[in-house]
Amino acid sequence: MKLITAIINPDRLDHVREALIQADITRITVSRVTGHGRQEDIDIYRGQRIAPNLIPKIRIDIAVNEEFVDMTVDTIIESASHDPVAIGDGKIFITPLEECIRIRTRERGGRAI
Amino acid sequence: MRKRIAAALLVLPLLVQAHSTAWAAPEPYTDSGTTSWMLTSTALVLLMIPGLAMFYGGLVRTKNVIGTMMHSFGAMVIIGVLWPMLGYALSFGPGVLGGFVGWNPDYFMLQGIDESILPSHIPEYVFAMFQGKFAIITPALIAGAFAERVNFRGYAVFIALWSIIVYSPICHWVWAPDGFLFNLGAAGAIDFAGGTVVHISSGVTALVAALYLGSRRGYPRNVMHPNNLVMTLTGAGLLWVGWFGFNAGSAIASDLATARALTVTQVSAAAGAFTWMVIEMLQHGKATSLGVASGILAGLVAITPAAGVVQPSGAFALGALASMVCYTAILVKNKLGYDDSLDAFGVHGVGGIVGALALVFFVRPGWMAEAAVKAGGSWTVWQQLGVQAAAVGITIVYASVVSLILLVLIEKTIGLRISENDEMSGLDHSMHGEHGYGLINLN
Repeated sequence: MKLITAIINPDRLDHVREALIQADITRITVSRVTGHGRQEDIDIYRGQRIAPNLIPKIRIDIAVNEEFVDMTVDTIIESASHDPVAIGDGKIFITPLEECIRIRTRERGGRAI
Repeated sequence: MRKRIAAALLVLPLLVQAHSTAWAAPEPYTDSGTTSWMLTSTALVLLMIPGLAMFYGGLVRTKNVIGTMMHSFGAMVIIGVLWPMLGYALSFGPGVLGGFVGWNPDYFMLQGIDESILPSHIPEYVFAMFQGKFAIITPALIAGAFAERVNFRGYAVFIALWSIIVYSPICHWVWAPDGFLFNLGAAGAIDFAGGTVVHISSGVTALVAALYLGSRRGYPRNVMHPNNLVMTLTGAGLLWVGWFGFNAGSAIASDLATARALTVTQVSAAAGAFTWMVIEMLQHGKATSLGVASGILAGLVAITPAAGVVQPSGAFALGALASMVCYTAILVKNKLGYDDSLDAFGVHGVGGIVGALALVFFVRPGWMAEAAVKAGGSWTVWQQLGVQAAAVGITIVYASVVSLILLVLIEKTIGLRISENDEMSGLDHSMHGEHGYGLINLN
């Protein structure tokens, strides 16, 4: 099992969500987050050094069984990219997932995903 | 009230003359009481635009909140420029082109009214600005029908042309002293504050636009939750408050007629909201805040044409009737499946038609007696209903046909419906490069 965490641009949320649904990946958690990516350089206005604001992003968390990892990742990459390519399209992190439990049934492991 | 405007505008040329020949006619004077109320009303009607922005803005999805509010503010800006330039002359100038529309070169940029005081004892500037607010809110109402899916540039051009080609002629027919609907039948078609001019014209256009532009992506399969009902309720409240200027100001006076208009406005709004609330309680077991807001609007819309002629009991009936019919209209819309996103037709179009027609059954006897004298003997409710139906019918046909032509024209040239990609990204990002909220959760 893996936990896929994608940080994407807010204006691509609908694209990604719909693409995931098309690919039959329907169990996702979405949250609104902010942060700094590559656009971290400090600007200088009238002699003042200005740290840029936190940039709003969307975070999507998806727990998947091994065989779905590639498909999920490909779908996100495909649907989250801007055309033309732009800085700020986001990142995907994949981490090993030790355990997964469905609270209602107490099922554990791959079946609970 | 309309009589007053009529008298006011007919005497206007004389007034100008009176000024040039200093000795003629009694000097028109400004009545400070009337003028202060009319100035207040003018400001109250303008308050309805941010009210509408909040009402509509709260109902769309998070990604479209700025785009939707900008539809209202866009009207405030664009019609705000157009009205003093052209709109007032086209609406309230003497009839040209066989009475199709008004025109008075002196009203261009309002340059001819600098010294003008109307016989209702208010400066003409106040009247022109008061009317200008009506011209602003009318196209802004349409935006509810095609929320979340139009190009801002196309929208801007659409409301500018619509205001000139649709609003001004209808306004001229119904409210100018030489307008043909103003003089239809014994005592004219009854439209106190804009049932036909504002609500039916915008509501019908909204329906045509919703049908022509098509549904939002995913409608009705996907649920589209309002992003902020708190803002919607605040907006509905502001609309209610502003409506006192809209209706009670339309008396162009500060007297008994004003008091009557204000009273029936209050009664009808409350009756409308109450009825909607009861219907929802019976149907779903819960009264929703959006239901109450819709009921308030239905009641206010229905009383708008009638505020000068009905008594409080009539206002109760009109408010309640409007809520019942509008509620049904929205059920029918859901059955038919067209996407009048924020029910601009369902509330303003339907409510306006209900008010403009049903008001004849509640007209105060004094008004009917006066009409009978003018008609030379008798004047029945049914004859007045015929006049009302004619005014409503003409408004519906004219607004829908011309709006459809405008829509097709703009869609084929500038483009009105946005691309699928832009629609998915949301208007805020794709049209304005902004987002409405900081860290508030998504919906």
